[in-house]
Amino acid sequence: MAGAPALSEIERHDYDVVVIGAGGAGMRAAVEAIDKGCRTALVCKSLLGKAHTVMAEGGMAAALGNVWPQDNWQVHFRDTMRGGKMLNNWRMAQIHAQEAPDRVLELEEWGALFDRTPDGRILQRDFGGHRYARLAHVGDRTGLEMIRTTQQRAVSLGVDVYMECKIVRLLKNADGAVAGAVGFYRDSGDFVVFSAKSVVLATGGVGKTWKFTSNSWESTGDGHALALWAGAEAIDMECVQFHPTGMVWPPSARGLLVTEGVRGDGGVLKNRDGERFMFNYISPYFAAETADTIEEADKWYDDKVNYRRPPELLPRDEVARAINSEVKAGRGSPHGGVFLDIASRRSAEYIERRLPSMYHQFKQLADVDITTDPMEIGPTCHYIMGGVRVDADTEMTSVPGLFAAGEVAGGMHGANRLGGNSLSDLLVFGRRAGLAAAERALGTPVDTTIDEGQVSDVFKHALSFLEREGGEQPYDLHHDLQDTMQSLVGIIRTESELAEAKEKLVELGERAAKVSAPGGRRFNPGWHMSLDLESMLAVANCTTLGALARKESRGGHTRDDYPKPDPELEKVNFVCRYRDGEYTVTPEPRPAMPAELAKLLEDGDHAAEPAPAGAGAAKEESK
Amino acid sequence: MAIDTATSAEGTPAASPDGAAAPGAPTLRMQLWRGDESGGEFVEYRIPPQEGEVVLDVVHRIQATQAPDLAVRWNCKAGKCGSCSAEINGVPSLMCMTRMSTLPTDEPITISPMRTFPVMRDLVTDVSYNYEVAKLIPAFTPPPRPEGGYRMQQIDVERGQEFRKCIECFLCQNVCHVIRDHEENKAHYAGPRFLMRLAELEMHPLDTLDRRAYIRERMGVGLCNITKCCTEVCPEHIHITDNAIIPLKERVVDSRYDPVAFLGRKILRRPAPMTADEVAARTRTARHGTASRGNGAPGATGAAGSHEPGPAGG
Repeated sequence: MAGAPALSEIERHDYDVVVIGAGGAGMRAAVEAIDKGCRTALVCKSLLGKAHTVMAEGGMAAALGNVWPQDNWQVHFRDTMRGGKMLNNWRMAQIHAQEAPDRVLELEEWGALFDRTPDGRILQRDFGGHRYARLAHVGDRTGLEMIRTTQQRAVSLGVDVYMECKIVRLLKNADGAVAGAVGFYRDSGDFVVFSAKSVVLATGGVGKTWKFTSNSWESTGDGHALALWAGAEAIDMECVQFHPTGMVWPPSARGLLVTEGVRGDGGVLKNRDGERFMFNYISPYFAAETADTIEEADKWYDDKVNYRRPPELLPRDEVARAINSEVKAGRGSPHGGVFLDIASRRSAEYIERRLPSMYHQFKQLADVDITTDPMEIGPTCHYIMGGVRVDADTEMTSVPGLFAAGEVAGGMHGANRLGGNSLSDLLVFGRRAGLAAAERALGTPVDTTIDEGQVSDVFKHALSFLEREGGEQPYDLHHDLQDTMQSLVGIIRTESELAEAKEKLVELGERAAKVSAPGGRRFNPGWHMSLDLESMLAVANCTTLGALARKESRGGHTRDDYPKPDPELEKVNFVCRYRDGEYTVTPEPRPAMPAELAKLLEDGDHAAEPAPAGAGAAKEESK
Repeated sequence: MAIDTATSAEGTPAASPDGAAAPGAPTLRMQLWRGDESGGEFVEYRIPPQEGEVVLDVVHRIQATQAPDLAVRWNCKAGKCGSCSAEINGVPSLMCMTRMSTLPTDEPITISPMRTFPVMRDLVTDVSYNYEVAKLIPAFTPPPRPEGGYRMQQIDVERGQEFRKCIECFLCQNVCHVIRDHEENKAHYAGPRFLMRLAELEMHPLDTLDRRAYIRERMGVGLCNITKCCTEVCPEHIHITDNAIIPLKERVVDSRYDPVAFLGRKILRRPAPMTADEVAARTRTARHGTASRGNGAPGATGAAGSHEPGPAGG
């Protein structure tokens, strides 16, 4: 293996806009930038079309009002804020609720084939925390539909795609603005340098930092880390969502997602004794809108106006904590989860049509037929609400020219994300980031001179893992990091365990800097892992520090020693920075909400008008 | 690329430090193809089995404990992204959805890369041919959105929805004889995945574009001889041949041999459909973006624009 390559031999590209990440947000950002006339590159760590967005199942939330005409952006805004336990950036929640319907219709215009209502419009399904059936969907593979549609759109516009390319560091100019990025092709190991007037981070999530996760290998927090290292800020990184329903058996499938659509379509949660235990976990916060008897809950599927929603469809944080408590109390299923039962409530034909992927996933991986038997499920690390701090309207970070959209950005979802709000988030803010990035690139001149010193430092650093001999295996270190985060910074947290995690992370950081990746540069997964570990450690540090600082329980962040929300802490974001080799977290006041929006949250119910006859997506047969 | 069948048990310890083996269970003998475009061979790894594993789990354990630089492409490990396609005991499959319990364990299990695409390293192949073909597909073209939005009936979208279940694992492309055994056909044949994509567009209730001549002339629909190998390997159980390709062939033939259309063509002297070379000339051939990377890997440039036979096939 040769040392660092000569700078003159490096492949170089010059673009107006470089988008890092090719899931829903990245693809949408690229489409927008091209539409605005920018020379645009789309850089992705995998092949095009494989990003984690494909795994989104249930749907995309948008107040189209196709099934329940009472639905509108105000109700969606209210649901999102309440679901997020009021920690959301109000402006992002507002923009999201207002623009999501246009983004769904636009996907249709690009060829997406959503499921239909009887009168030929886009069908919407029920999901946790949403007042009305609101999720546009395609069976239980909505993410695949979205990625393929945006991918086909981007390709038809002639986007330049750089596949299997990992970005290692961002580059900045003398003014402190972003000027490009350095990475390498995973297949060949060759380096590549991009100069760009705007860079959009759309790198997705961080799930691989935990042991049991629904996330794919790519979800290592690269964008969070790149932003922090470049001097940008992240907020509320302690807010991590553990999805209540991941597979628990077999071991190799542990963590795989089971869509919330199972519950939206009638599935219920039961403990070992067959009890629908969610009725015992209705928090006062949601009591007014949640059914407290099985009779009322079951009537809600057909009549959302006169009955309240079943407790199985409480927001995800509530359901995940309840499952955790049942298992701890010894009322769990044989493999340490609880039962999710749709078999006894809906016909086999209905289940296979509405939930085809779930049917095949259980049949193939667990030998369970979900049309006849209940599923065993338990919480799995699914999503990070916290993320890179951005301006709500433009998605620009505190580093000029650096934008972030999708899961990598923070603020939109507060302390807990509602199901279905992610896919709409990707398109709403992906578009806005692409637009603002394009406007910057086409506006005032930006100095994109590359500082060759920065570039060669990145090469040396990246290659050090290949050149070092006798160090630890990166895979072993990844296991240790996952174990630490799973056991000490998991779904329920306490001061002592978080303090222990903080110390462990120091040790893990030192070890990670000294791992060795034997083998060459060509498609060497050990080398890739060595670099991904740096990103995951950045996330682990921020999440742990944020979790220590937020001495309350709110949404996805649950402190055993501070079990209640603290009204004072509702007013702050915990802001993470990386300075002089250290991660720091400081509380800073959140932007206050205008009075007219605050009023929307007080008006309890927007369902004053009666539903028209024939409304109701779930009005199909139930047994 | 000829894949040797030679087996070499090269310093592979029988015991893995990772995980407890089921008591009395035999040690797995996994023969993984290792090498690159210049050649390679099967290397045997021995590893104790664990409960409920899929093939990709075992490959990952080998990677984590015995072969840290073993190249394998994967993403979701849930059968949804279509990244981990390989040939398991010669059967093209997704590694993440093939349970070990479905394979005989009294003999070695072989895993080799997809044969139709050039090997990059170990189990990873260069599938750029597929991405080049994707660029040639004339885009979805709806009429302007009417007031109140488009209306489509469920029954009309279901045909397209079946095809849109495709996860682009490219196993159908891998088994299609037209390109598996004839590298030269890649220059003028789209393969089952993209013929299905064209069928989807043709059947889309809102699409307005007529692609029939293009499908016949450039996408090579006539080359498919309906052996249904693609349908057999599809992990999404899409009826590629019956529901997509055969209707597409019929549609194209109808337009070709319809006497009225024939006369119309004669009288109006419509321009001939673009030839493959014309289309290819308009297509960028670089694998990554517009600029060529020149990484020298055979087949790395787009097959659609390349007339050089690659190393695969045969």
